[in-house]
Amino acid sequence: MTPLLAIGPAPLALEPIVAAVTESRGDGRGTDGAVAVFLGTVRNHNVGRSVSYLVYEAFEPLALRSFERISTEVTAKWPGVNLAVHHRTGRLEIGEASVVIAAASAHRADAFSACRYTIERVKQIAPIWKREFFEGGDVWIEGATADPDDEVARAKAERAACA
Amino acid sequence: MRVTVRLFARLRDITGASELGRDVAPDATIRSVWRQLVAEFPDLRDYERSISSAVNADYARMDQKVSDGDEVAFLPPVSGG
Repeated sequence: MTPLLAIGPAPLALEPIVAAVTESRGDGRGTDGAVAVFLGTVRNHNVGRSVSYLVYEAFEPLALRSFERISTEVTAKWPGVNLAVHHRTGRLEIGEASVVIAAASAHRADAFSACRYTIERVKQIAPIWKREFFEGGDVWIEGATADPDDEVARAKAERAACA
Repeated sequence: MRVTVRLFARLRDITGASELGRDVAPDATIRSVWRQLVAEFPDLRDYERSISSAVNADYARMDQKVSDGDEVAFLPPVSGG
């Protein structure tokens, strides 16, 4: 059985994740009318650089805890949503999926919102880093200072989701 | 007492190690462990204001006290997704 939350080096396959998010409902199975899915993929360019590939690193136990936290936040905001988050680590080639998020719900509005909120929160608080290898060098990408208790950041993710 | 320090991404590149054992004072906090590392690896200083920290794989504030055997992790700004 595919877990709802996972991080590791294996290539990401969409269908088992979608199946997991709809089939882990227990008695509520069959109640979903929508599954919104987001794939983050490796882009061949970044701030004017020609990207060759990315290497993702994670602090895995804390990344899983962060996914659990995000899932709890999602359930508090959109009670009927069931969420799956899978993030990949290691070397990823151009076009490969680095993250898959699936949000299942009775109706599409909550599924879309929860999906968008989740990717914003993953980028804010999951202890994951990408190292970009481009023509002429490599660089660690550094985005947000991870602080799960930062309410300003959380509210920003919520605004992105509900816009 | 002794703690294990975990370092990720560029912090690991700066120190050359993903894991370091360090003796720390009995009243050590996460911040004092960090300062001890900065004294040893001055290039870490750039991260003073942007790091996050965790103890035993749970996010923690820099003023939290550490205990013997704790695993203290320092995280540069994240870039998942």
